[in-house]
Amino acid sequence: MEDMKKVILDYVIEEYLEDEDEEDIDENTPLISGGIVDSFSMVSLKRFLEKKYSIQIPDADATPQAFDTVNNIVELVKRFQEK
Amino acid sequence: MSNIDSYEQKLTDFDWSISEKELEYKKGDPINIGWYCSDRICEMGKASKPALIWEDHKGNSKRFTYDDIRVYSNTFADLFQKLGLKDGERICIFMDRVPELYISFLGILKMGGIAQPLFSAFGQESLLTRLQNAQTAAIITQSKHVSKVRKILDKLPDLRHIIIVDADPSKLKEREMAFKMEETERIEKFECFKTFAETPSVLHYTSGTTGQPKGAQHVHYSLISQYLTAKWVLDLKDDDIYWCTADPGWVTGTSYGIIGPWANGVTQAVLDSGFSSERWYAFIEKHKITVWYSAPTAIRLLMRDGTEVARKFDLSSLRHLCSVGEPLNAEAVVWSEEAFGKPFHDTYWQTETGSIVITNYPDMKVKPGSMGKPFPGITAAVVDPVNYEPIRDEGRVGLIALKPGWPSMFRSYWNNQEVYDGKFRNGWYICGDRASIDKDGYFWFVGRDDDVINTGGHLIGPFEIESALLEHPAVAESAAVGKPDPINMEVVKAFVGLKAGYQPSDDLELEIMNFIRKKLSALAMPQEIEFVESLPKTRSGKIMRRLLRAREWNEPIGDISTLEND
Repeated sequence: MEDMKKVILDYVIEEYLEDEDEEDIDENTPLISGGIVDSFSMVSLKRFLEKKYSIQIPDADATPQAFDTVNNIVELVKRFQEK
Repeated sequence: MSNIDSYEQKLTDFDWSISEKELEYKKGDPINIGWYCSDRICEMGKASKPALIWEDHKGNSKRFTYDDIRVYSNTFADLFQKLGLKDGERICIFMDRVPELYISFLGILKMGGIAQPLFSAFGQESLLTRLQNAQTAAIITQSKHVSKVRKILDKLPDLRHIIIVDADPSKLKEREMAFKMEETERIEKFECFKTFAETPSVLHYTSGTTGQPKGAQHVHYSLISQYLTAKWVLDLKDDDIYWCTADPGWVTGTSYGIIGPWANGVTQAVLDSGFSSERWYAFIEKHKITVWYSAPTAIRLLMRDGTEVARKFDLSSLRHLCSVGEPLNAEAVVWSEEAFGKPFHDTYWQTETGSIVITNYPDMKVKPGSMGKPFPGITAAVVDPVNYEPIRDEGRVGLIALKPGWPSMFRSYWNNQEVYDGKFRNGWYICGDRASIDKDGYFWFVGRDDDVINTGGHLIGPFEIESALLEHPAVAESAAVGKPDPINMEVVKAFVGLKAGYQPSDDLELEIMNFIRKKLSALAMPQEIEFVESLPKTRSGKIMRRLLRAREWNEPIGDISTLEND
């Protein structure tokens, strides 16, 4: 679980934060409502998760709320790993 | 009673002088949007009235009175002058929705500059294209976005100043300066540059089918349309708390997120935050928003979360709702009645029109799914795509066309007179959208007449995406089209032919998606990439996007006689 959190958090920092953005983000930082990942970028994040964890996340489950924090994303991934 | 009162009556005796009189503007006098949106409102006795209530996603909030925005816009204008910036020079605003964005916009106009707002989520390539084209002299930005400017700086010899509103002075680099609006000496008095009706004011970039984005250039006289449409369509009144959810990187965010409400002396609220239904409803509840101007994409996202979420909040302050960016589907209109007790009113206009041109009015029957009727003073028609004559038959589809001459019509595309001239046919400005008119005079949107992709209300040019795709080392050829999407109406789909030595894979697809997102923007990022052996082309070698798009939309593919490799 901790490992998954770190992988996702690192990916978000690497891919979605600007080089000079000094905002500290952690697993509870709002990503969508905080404007770090917008609804269009969510698609690439979803694609990364599907590839990394060999899951399929239906579009209906890929809601802004489900992607709003790293913790929410981990829950979402776990849910589909269990299926 | 609504401000417009009777639409039919206004049609019979309308003249733009109605707006001029209300603004006490006489032909030939100086007219400066910056002054009208701040100093004039203070002179009307509203200096202490809140002009801007601002909040961000972290819960930080600020309030600015009309006197504050008058003084702070003076302070920006004074800074620009002291830096040696001259009237007519382009000054880019590249910021999130922070107060400095809204206020510097007025400051630029006050000193006679041309404001060039750009969406802060643009990647470096999108930024470069637009700054190079406009030969922009200065850019105002935030620390978090400055790295994108630094990466392209050596290609921007005209860019003399990079003003960072939250900079740590010890970290400044070449051409950069720190400017903290609220910590700088306040400039109480500033002599506005004498701009006149036809003096350029704002440069907004928009996309077409071919070539790079073009800068639609507006003039200070646009105020006449923006003021009156904000008053009659958005129905803004003195005691309203107004929320426009659009980003001022796009035209709605300036025409109706700055100029319209402030020229009317109305209090507006701004939420600098990403989308969240609960967050948005909480914002409406907290600030008792009365007039809300949003977009179909946002409304459909709210719909997806259901009326139950809306009902957790007290949204009873809302009295008038409007929407812009793409056609508002009938289901969304019906849903808004269910969720908020009132319908969203669709408004139609473009970057080029500068203000609302066809719309649904307060107190007028809304036909769900319809664009509504032309604003008084706007002569709109649906014209035949061959001879550009108005179509008289009810329900027959043609091109939306407007008689030139309304105050906020764009005056040119920056450095591109030829394309500008090409937008006019048989005495009409051709909008590039298809529609029909019903027996009651309501317009009904059908779709674009070109390859431009309307995603979430933003127009994306396929050429810009395809050019960027070709910069990826694996891509040999590409085509970008819109594909249907239940939330955004359309999203970008790319067809990609790979160079020898590259194989299609999920990894490569994600890599290309992120490549475009960073280079252009998330809006331009293909949401799907289909790897193909070859693309359909005409015998002259031109990629037939029309064919690819028709397949995505399950539409007839039409004439394929020119297809080379069928």
